[in-house]
Amino acid sequence: MSGIGTVSAQRAHFAEPLRLKGGGVLPSYDLVYETYGTLNAAKSNAILVCHALSGNHHVAGQSADEFGKPTANVGWWDNIVGPGRPLDTDRFFIVGVNNLGGCHGSTGPASANPATGKPWGADFPVVTVEDWVDAQARLADRLGIDAWAATMGGSLGGMQAMQWTLSYPERVRHALVIAATPKLSAENIAFNDVARQAILTDPDFHGGHFYEHGVRPLRGLRLARMLGHITYLSDDQMAEKFGRRIKSGAGSYGFDVEFEIESYLRYQGDKFAGIFDANTYLRMTKALDYFDPALDYGDDLALALARARAGFLVIGFTTDWRFSPERSREIVHALVHNGQDVAHAEIESVHGHDSFLMDDPHYHAVVDAYLKRIVL
Amino acid sequence: MTGAFDRADFDLIAGWVQPGERVLDLGCGDGALLRRLIDERGAKGYGVELEDAEVLAAIANGINVIQGNLEQGLAGFDDQTFNHVVLSRTLQTVRHTERILGEMLRVGREAVVSFPNFAYWKNRMAVMGGRMPVSEDLPYEWFDTPNLRFFTILDFEALCDKMGLVIRERQVLDDAGRAVTEEQNFLGSLAVYRLGR
Repeated sequence: MSGIGTVSAQRAHFAEPLRLKGGGVLPSYDLVYETYGTLNAAKSNAILVCHALSGNHHVAGQSADEFGKPTANVGWWDNIVGPGRPLDTDRFFIVGVNNLGGCHGSTGPASANPATGKPWGADFPVVTVEDWVDAQARLADRLGIDAWAATMGGSLGGMQAMQWTLSYPERVRHALVIAATPKLSAENIAFNDVARQAILTDPDFHGGHFYEHGVRPLRGLRLARMLGHITYLSDDQMAEKFGRRIKSGAGSYGFDVEFEIESYLRYQGDKFAGIFDANTYLRMTKALDYFDPALDYGDDLALALARARAGFLVIGFTTDWRFSPERSREIVHALVHNGQDVAHAEIESVHGHDSFLMDDPHYHAVVDAYLKRIVL
Repeated sequence: MTGAFDRADFDLIAGWVQPGERVLDLGCGDGALLRRLIDERGAKGYGVELEDAEVLAAIANGINVIQGNLEQGLAGFDDQTFNHVVLSRTLQTVRHTERILGEMLRVGREAVVSFPNFAYWKNRMAVMGGRMPVSEDLPYEWFDTPNLRFFTILDFEALCDKMGLVIRERQVLDDAGRAVTEEQNFLGSLAVYRLGR
């Protein structure tokens, strides 16, 4: 049950060009966002929730249809947002924004390139975590938010929450960095590249210009999602949920769906391929791969984080092997090294990387306890 | 470990911490000691705690708490990061005794260690009477105690000697929290040490 009821997305247009880390410039762009709760008079109660690879601005509540009636589309982190929930809408003003390059309304590869009038496609620039934070900062300006009470996110969202403390140290009072990592490992990048190869080699990809061919690289996107999905779960959880169970009857000694895990992954792949954009997927994974705040500081994470002024809550999950709890500890120890404020919890969970999305009482209590400390 | 009982050793430890110093409290519980060191002494405090409920309480208490297991050492903490590393009433629960003492003096300039003295006369009496002691400073039955190691003031100092640790200060308290200055291994219920290299 959603805590906040029906919500509608809003759109902000930015006419000022955005210079990107990769060298390109976005001449203008739109950001689609949602807000929950009320911004207080001092504008000191705003929390930015950053989304991960497949997320979007619809963090909580039920999306409204064209007549303003609630639909079945419930936000991806609804379980943590609402009156009396950790992200308490009676206390905080919460902002969710679809990142640049996304496929849920903000300017992305499927949007029209103003130079040609045709979809950007492959020509949409590769955007980075830093670029997203810069774009989010302009949205904050637009909303009159000088400083966030907190920036927050899981996985790739946690990277944005952290990057905020580095790009705009004076504009973030707290950062909640959940199931994240200071940089991807070679194994992480390897998984991402297999996913990208699945898309790039799909004959329907057309070098990223599939929109004008009236097709979509569904096969590649589906494979990418199936692979990704495996890495978000834990071995134990998969064993428990699916084991070696066969969908119906005995083995057919063929290659149709047999084991339940196959059925589940194919379903997840199909569902995702039906709604997501392949060019967006490529860019999200690249943003993950490139994120490495310590790179310009001789690989010294503590040195990179030294300019942050925020207090941190860093959370890892025991069965997360995509971004293991040890990666969260790297962030914690860099902050401790600097004498910065950081609280850390390592949550027992069977849900692997996806744990950050789960409604776990202890996990939510930790977030709640931390947010309650914030003086508005 | 934080008990409901009075923490007389906190008074001593608070007296040893100077404003602005960095303190790491191992097994910080809900952060009661750190809260006091921060509020009263202006210290910069961090805690390590294993138990979920205590970590949650410490976060609610505004403590810089890091969830972790002391048995795995202090990997990740850099050398000589802290002025004081505190292990309050916890050494007796740690399996890798020498390793944790060594780690404390790797990451900190000074180790502050308090522990229940098993040779306290009331404990001796209990054992003489045929039962394991249960007291203010050893508040558990044998079957539910988290304590793994039972040792005395003399035992501890022998270990310090073996490890080459320098005892900078020793304070001993009775079970009412009063200072004991004579016959400490007999009259003392709780020992509090400042150790260096």
